[in-house]
Amino acid sequence: MSAAEVSAGPSPKVDSVSVNKHRVDWRGWKFLWPFVVVFLFVFIVPIVYAVFLSFFQTRMIGGTVFVGFQNYARLFGDGQFWGSVWRVTLFTLVQVPVMLALSALLALALDSMRLHGTRFFRISTFLPYAVPAVVSTLIWGFMYGAKYGLVGSLNSWMGVHLDVLQPSVLLASIGNIVTWEFTGYNMLIFYSSLSTIPHSLYEAAAIDGASEWQIVRRIKMPELKGSLAITVIFSIIGSFQLFNEPSIMQNMVPGNAITTYYTPNMYAYNLSFTGGQSNYAAALAIVMAVITMAVAYAVQLNSMKEQMK
Amino acid sequence: MDEKQRQRRVARDEAAERKRSAHSGFSNPENPRRSWPLTIVVAVFAAYCLFPFVYLLVNATKTQADFTSTFGLGFGHTFALWDNLTEVFSYQDGIFGRWLLNTLLYVVVGAGGATLLAIMGGYALAKFRFPGRRAVFAVVIGAISVPGIALAVPQFLLFAKLGLTNTPWAMILPSLISPFGLYLMWIFSEQAVPTELLEAAHVDGAGEFRTFFTIALPLLAPGIVTTALFTIVATWNNYFLPLIMLKDADWYPLTIGLNQWKDQASTAGGQAIQNLVITGSLVTIVPLVIAFLLLQKYWQSGLAAGAVKE
Repeated sequence: MSAAEVSAGPSPKVDSVSVNKHRVDWRGWKFLWPFVVVFLFVFIVPIVYAVFLSFFQTRMIGGTVFVGFQNYARLFGDGQFWGSVWRVTLFTLVQVPVMLALSALLALALDSMRLHGTRFFRISTFLPYAVPAVVSTLIWGFMYGAKYGLVGSLNSWMGVHLDVLQPSVLLASIGNIVTWEFTGYNMLIFYSSLSTIPHSLYEAAAIDGASEWQIVRRIKMPELKGSLAITVIFSIIGSFQLFNEPSIMQNMVPGNAITTYYTPNMYAYNLSFTGGQSNYAAALAIVMAVITMAVAYAVQLNSMKEQMK
Repeated sequence: MDEKQRQRRVARDEAAERKRSAHSGFSNPENPRRSWPLTIVVAVFAAYCLFPFVYLLVNATKTQADFTSTFGLGFGHTFALWDNLTEVFSYQDGIFGRWLLNTLLYVVVGAGGATLLAIMGGYALAKFRFPGRRAVFAVVIGAISVPGIALAVPQFLLFAKLGLTNTPWAMILPSLISPFGLYLMWIFSEQAVPTELLEAAHVDGAGEFRTFFTIALPLLAPGIVTTALFTIVATWNNYFLPLIMLKDADWYPLTIGLNQWKDQASTAGGQAIQNLVITGSLVTIVPLVIAFLLLQKYWQSGLAAGAVKE
């Protein structure tokens, strides 16, 4: 401010320009405030509230009491919790690379302009994204069914005994549903970042004698790296939150294969909504948020390092 | 500039582009160097993507008896699609229609509001340099990585205290915030609205909101369609939020209602109504699939915000 006043010359034109440049510009808030107000109410306040709740415990005698870090200490030794964390970690390690590799290859294929019917493939591979998790899990669940599902038909037709719902392959079957739902979505992110490459670059490369494969490696792949960071982070966050598919499948699966603590989110949900342990669930939610953010941040750092090279 | 004119210009640019690339003989749509092997590989994947839709469509035509007894991908003995549709809308006093209306309410108010807030917020972040701008952005992006459940449990407890649970507000208020939508509109505003144009309008004496409505909004149209489509999908398909917030079946959206119908088969003495679950699922996805197909051109150009070449 003071710099502006000092530099203000005698001419009114110069004066108004320099003042405008240095005056604090609050105009943006005229547009941003509605978002920020709702955001505070539905995001920030609940998060702060969760932190607050996690330091309390409701007991039979004495009601709700402050217990410090006791909920966190209990969580640290909770085998069910760490089992669920391990399960989603395993899921993430397998499902995310498979899905993103498929998405990237699909985007490259669609962008190559060497396909017959590019438009048809673009929309048909993206369409599963429009299907609610409930419906996609229902359809796949019916198809997986060994009794009267498609797998069942296949079994009686070919005389085999496939069961994709048995505990040892259940996680992979869920992974298939998630892959089906989100490959097209990620493909579209890759595809749109490929479409930002100016075509003159391809022409220049072609004139320089680059093969199509070299163009993919030297021009397209580096372009994909930027969107890869985004899709990796979104996918990690998504798989750590795995809830819809396993909980909807719970009673489509024989026996108790999907427990109430199958994933961290299911555990937290059951703790607070059927177990009446909201405080413990709040601590769990916060630990999961910290783990998720730490992983996302670490991946982000990694991808940034990659780009620095 | 009106939409028709813009489209014509885009078409002209594309034609010129094709001509140029045809000349260089490289990666161009007019060049017949298309590959059948590559097409077949992609077609296999497309078949995997479309296959469940076919299954859904075929099975929506079956009676409950045929569903459990006939081959999954073949038709049943009776073609019962119309019967199923009537039954979906009349079962339990037509509660499915109520769920459909609820979903529409949540989508119009929730997703519509989310789109509006994202447009205004994204525009502000892109076009103004105001105190707190960086902080807002950092917090919003950080919020994307907070797991839904970390939010949902305290959200539920908070809403319960305020007496908002089991009302439409419990579904609408959290739907109003779309961090991804804000991010999308931010990137889009940066590229689609020239700052010089805003300054010119300002010099001509137009107020902040007038400039926004008459100059910025039309330029933002493709981005708005994209953001709207993503928030609509998120709200229409939301399962977790209504699951915890709503207890009264009269306020359920389609997703929760369908899952309840599915669960009915596994409760003691419950009547299995898988034919209704499947037909109801079909009714649930048809509007979104149609929206995606019809608005294809808009959301694809919106998503490729930076695709304005050279």
